[in-house]
Amino acid sequence: MYKMSTDELRELYRELILDHARSPRHFGKLPEVTHSADGLNPLCGDKLKLYLRIGDDDRIQDAAFEGSGCAISVASASLLTDTIIGMRPTEAQSFAGALIHRLTGKQTNVELGKLRALEGVREFPSRIKCATLAWHAMNSAIRQDKVPASTE
Amino acid sequence: MNQVLSKPPSMQADLAACRRDFPALSLQINGSPLVFLDSAASSQQPNSVIDAVANYHRNSHANVHRGVHTLSHRATEAYEGARDVIAAFIGAGNRSEVIFTSGTTESINLVAQSFCRPMLARGDTILLTHLEHHSNIVPWQLLCDQTGAKLLVTPIDETGSLDLAIFDKQIAGGVSMLAMAHVSNALGTVLPLEHMISRAHEHGVPVLVDGAQAVPHMDVDVKSLDCDFYAFSGHKMFGPTGIGILYARSEHLERMPPYKGGGDMILEVRFDGTTYNELPYKFEAGTPNISGAVGLGAAINYMKSIGMDRIAAHEADLLTYMTQRLSEIPGIRLIGTAKTKASVQSFLLDDIHPHDLGTILDHQGVAIRTGHHCAMPVMEFFGVPGTARASLALYNNRDDIDRLVSSLTKAKEIFG
Repeated sequence: MYKMSTDELRELYRELILDHARSPRHFGKLPEVTHSADGLNPLCGDKLKLYLRIGDDDRIQDAAFEGSGCAISVASASLLTDTIIGMRPTEAQSFAGALIHRLTGKQTNVELGKLRALEGVREFPSRIKCATLAWHAMNSAIRQDKVPASTE
Repeated sequence: MNQVLSKPPSMQADLAACRRDFPALSLQINGSPLVFLDSAASSQQPNSVIDAVANYHRNSHANVHRGVHTLSHRATEAYEGARDVIAAFIGAGNRSEVIFTSGTTESINLVAQSFCRPMLARGDTILLTHLEHHSNIVPWQLLCDQTGAKLLVTPIDETGSLDLAIFDKQIAGGVSMLAMAHVSNALGTVLPLEHMISRAHEHGVPVLVDGAQAVPHMDVDVKSLDCDFYAFSGHKMFGPTGIGILYARSEHLERMPPYKGGGDMILEVRFDGTTYNELPYKFEAGTPNISGAVGLGAAINYMKSIGMDRIAAHEADLLTYMTQRLSEIPGIRLIGTAKTKASVQSFLLDDIHPHDLGTILDHQGVAIRTGHHCAMPVMEFFGVPGTARASLALYNNRDDIDRLVSSLTKAKEIFG
């Protein structure tokens, strides 16, 4: 009855994504936060709070997040924290830029590593915002925006 | 329950033919035939509505109530003819009690601003229920900001039913206005309007009913309900978007100031003062949504040709079947289990986020709504960020529900 194979769904919900969604890394509050931001996706109600500790050495020493969301948004936030710890804020921002670029269907030369697992969203336009939410929140935290990052 | 499940096949067959009237239901979505279970958000339109709107544009369009030429006359006849159809459908005493608006939201805002605002003083109370859609909350919050009035909310229990004992106390405690849904959009609960309206009137409280989720599913008669205001939308009852209705008792409408100013709502305009038009035109400023009204009239004629009793019986049968089939899925949590419900079921499956369920189902051609359903206080009550919601209309059948269940099984497989 279902003509379309479920490959695309498997591509979206890869094992790595499901693993991070079930057991998000760096989930919770962070002691000694220097930067934080809220991320809101009003369409589906995803709500994240991202915490960063940026040291005097201009490195992201630690990152964590709290909140609730779909598997894609939670996995993306979890992968984000894994990825950016140790980066300079400017590096993290340019990585975020490349990733968002890639997830919205454009080419990038930046090596995305395990973040390529999020590429499945390109076939699901309504889910791209779920995958990019945490990264918008991170940019907003680094910029110390006054308003929450929103996907709208 | 078993009796309902074994409805005579003749009725199933009759409504099965209706399905062919809706061209969207023949669409293939992601390689599978569409199963449309999101009519509570917006329903599909039958050919008769699509054709009525197209024919109007081809043969009858001009501005209404203005020109002496033939097309203006045709447009006026079509627009006012739709008003007559609607007035008869909801049992309004008089066609001038039927105001065209852009939808339920505008209808409620109109009542809040034009009826309530002039009569409210600081400290007055507006009573709502915990089941309301945002469109029956936010207009009242705006009004509270403007007047210093405050909101009071009747609580619900874990089935999604109102606590009537508390309501009875609240309504007796000095309330200026009661605004409530007829049917909860998130949970499907049918509110006990008869009881609530009669209690409200015993205490002299005017009542607005948000009927957006009721009119497509059941016979609604505003006179026997005895409500003061009844609001609904065309696009949830097989009509076009951008058109809705406010029914209001003429005694209220006569006293209410206009909500918006502009052309068509005046008799005479001078810089030292303007005389407003008679009802219902006093509330219809500017060129109205003429084709929307025509489409809504056609939608009502379509529903009448089937019969609201048959629609209600068909949907009651389907809802029973859907509830039973969903309950059989391990890990399902049904949200909204009131005794009296219309054809909506909210649910959660295992710990799968509703948004992920929505994507997986859509991939199999099954359209459901996911999220907070514009009823965040209801979600907060149940302690969930959102739900998946399957909502039924006259064109759904048991195959649709079987497809829903098999696609949920697929979601369980993926999330293992």
